[in-house]
Amino acid sequence: MKKYLELFLTFAKVGVMTFGGGYAMLPILQREVVEDKHWATDEELTDYFAIGQCTPGIIAVNTATFIGQKLYGVLGGIAATIGVVFPSVIIITVLAGLITSFSHLAAVQHAMGAVRVCVCVLILNAVIKIGKTSLVDAVAVFIFLAVLCVSFFTPVSPVICVIAAAVIGILVRNLGGAS
Amino acid sequence: MILFQLYYEFFKTGLFAVGGGLATLPFLRDISTRTGWFTAAQLSDMVAVSESTPGPMGVNMATYVGYTTAGIPGSICATLGLITPSILIILLVALSLKAFRNNKYVESAFYGLRPASTGLIAASGLSVLVMALWNDAGGSILRCINWKGIVLFAVLLVLTRWVKPTKKLHPICFILASAVIGIVFGF
Repeated sequence: MKKYLELFLTFAKVGVMTFGGGYAMLPILQREVVEDKHWATDEELTDYFAIGQCTPGIIAVNTATFIGQKLYGVLGGIAATIGVVFPSVIIITVLAGLITSFSHLAAVQHAMGAVRVCVCVLILNAVIKIGKTSLVDAVAVFIFLAVLCVSFFTPVSPVICVIAAAVIGILVRNLGGAS
Repeated sequence: MILFQLYYEFFKTGLFAVGGGLATLPFLRDISTRTGWFTAAQLSDMVAVSESTPGPMGVNMATYVGYTTAGIPGSICATLGLITPSILIILLVALSLKAFRNNKYVESAFYGLRPASTGLIAASGLSVLVMALWNDAGGSILRCINWKGIVLFAVLLVLTRWVKPTKKLHPICFILASAVIGIVFGF
């Protein structure tokens, strides 16, 4: 029981200290999991992170499950994952409650109007950053533009886009078509 | 019943969203248009709050949507729904790690998935952009454009991409600064 609690607490700490996306978690995992607890080496951590990126789901959650599972099996995976999401659930629930009760104030509406513009800039920067690694050739650029148009102009579910893109990837790479 | 629906919608999101950060955003936009549980404007507020608070963004947004839709039980159900597929898939992958990483079909599927995920996020960004810079005031096109918003957009873009001292700043700095600007200039 104690080892699961330790996993939970360590990953709750990682959750509190991570701001933003999955990549922001890597340096914190290095300090907590590699240097402090010696649960994994740097190379292993990089491997876990690579797996977390190329499996469906949130990178942070995938990586936590993986490390927990490596250490103490299925229950370890679950303990680490619950740990990494625990701080979010508490903090966001409190904040969402506060924002809901103040959202009718004019000042809050003005503030949110400008924050929305800021969110656009942040999304654009995120797209440019991941575009540099995902748009590797003409086929990838074509998939990007096709999904962008379909998703923006039609109500087609993102699930369909994701499945279609995976099928195109497999066909293009394995039938020796365009590269 | 709504709790079960929340769990199911976020299970799907966790299963099909690939990558970190904003990867869940397009799925949340899809949920918003199909169910009406929350508006597109609320979704953009959620992105701002999730960026500015500790915790992985995808988890923060799931908790926020869940809370908005069905209170505290909703926030727990949505978050559990999001992480269930991850736990199942990672446990399966861990059993045959080598085979998974070196499988040419897995590798080529992700070759197609990564640009698709980028495209989905870009489309979500475009829809937030339209909402932020366009108001249905009626009348001429010039009146519908939010000029203050366009100026702010340009300034923030330059500060986050090309000005050396500010581009390394955490997003939370820009979000807070924007909130102050919004109050002062009446956005």
